[in-house]
Amino acid sequence: MEFVRNQWYVAAFAEEVSDELLGRTILGEPIVFYRTSDGTPVGLADRCVHRRYPLSEGKLDANDNLVCGYHGFTYNPSGVCVAVPAQQRIPRSARVGAYPVVEQDRFIWVWIGDPNLADRALIPSLPFLDDPEWAVLRGMAPLKCRYDLLVDNLMDLSHETYLHSEWIGTPDVAETPTTTSTDEDANIVWVSRHMENVVCPPSYIPSMAAKGFAGTIDRWQDIEYHAPALYLLNSRIGPPGVPPREDGDDSHAAHKKIVYGITPSTANTTYDFWCVARDHEVGDPAADERGMKSQSAVVLQDVVALDLLEATLATEPPNYQELSVNIDTGALAARRMLKRLAEAAKPVAVTAE
Amino acid sequence: MTVRGVANTDVPTGPNTFKITWVPGHDTMLGICHCGAERIGEDPIELWMWLLGHPVDHDRAVAA
Repeated sequence: MEFVRNQWYVAAFAEEVSDELLGRTILGEPIVFYRTSDGTPVGLADRCVHRRYPLSEGKLDANDNLVCGYHGFTYNPSGVCVAVPAQQRIPRSARVGAYPVVEQDRFIWVWIGDPNLADRALIPSLPFLDDPEWAVLRGMAPLKCRYDLLVDNLMDLSHETYLHSEWIGTPDVAETPTTTSTDEDANIVWVSRHMENVVCPPSYIPSMAAKGFAGTIDRWQDIEYHAPALYLLNSRIGPPGVPPREDGDDSHAAHKKIVYGITPSTANTTYDFWCVARDHEVGDPAADERGMKSQSAVVLQDVVALDLLEATLATEPPNYQELSVNIDTGALAARRMLKRLAEAAKPVAVTAE
Repeated sequence: MTVRGVANTDVPTGPNTFKITWVPGHDTMLGICHCGAERIGEDPIELWMWLLGHPVDHDRAVAA
């Protein structure tokens, strides 16, 4: 699947970016991130114009400028070269690209594409990721696979039954039908799976006890995928047969919002930024520890599977065939959307008259 | 852009929206276009192609 340009992508968690230089490759573009002394995040092309040395190997000076580690070319936060070794004259073309960068909801977002199109209003708003009413766990798993394999994985949660059975999978997930909706203008795919009176997966049992119930549960999974870069899974676990009240009060249930920032790095590698936000047992270190253990294990199972799948697909002949069934409805919608978006965002070739 | 974070029953039904749901108790799926056209099918790829091809072959009757 081609990259979708002219989009905001998660580049890092806020706490990863500091006065230490962080180099990441996003949609094939090497970028160095850092913060100026007033805390503003910056993203510059990670290649010195002189001899292409990675600027992420340099250091910041006292004026928030980035000094190349090889020969000392110095760039300000806008990417303009402000000093060249051994001479006063700075060539006019001496500058590196500066990327639009926004810090929001404890993510650092970067715009990949035509910077004139970068509109921060397009960044998904995820206020629960920075809200004292929610406990948030975070992590990033680098994947050795093309990004659309992660999208396939997340859009079809029936794999939980088989890949994650010790943690979050039960037979009911794979056996429960889904409803898929798309908005082809807003570029969103929704997939819903509402399971009623089903077995509680092992990872959720302690939280259910903390909420005061045990036994079977109603388990809702409502996916909302904002193609290409942002996936949200709303998870609701509640006592069987007790839906949210008519006035909207759903305090008898436990809710999680699971976010994945899907950031392609190269054609065959992807950054998987995950957050698990919960509205129960907030401020409970034991719940944090259980949550990290469970989520880390689940993510690792996905990493192993997706890395293997990428390596396997590399051995397949071109135009290998796949077979799609009902459970693939959401993933297929996402694939079509990504293809359309990638095509629409391709730079238009300008031919000379 | 606000992430809605709500149940699928609350998703917008405006122009250029499409839905595929499973027919209860069956393996077949029901595709519903924003124009009201519906189609039952067994192949999700075929259903998406029909839906996204709106308005081609989108009369309101459920096609076999």
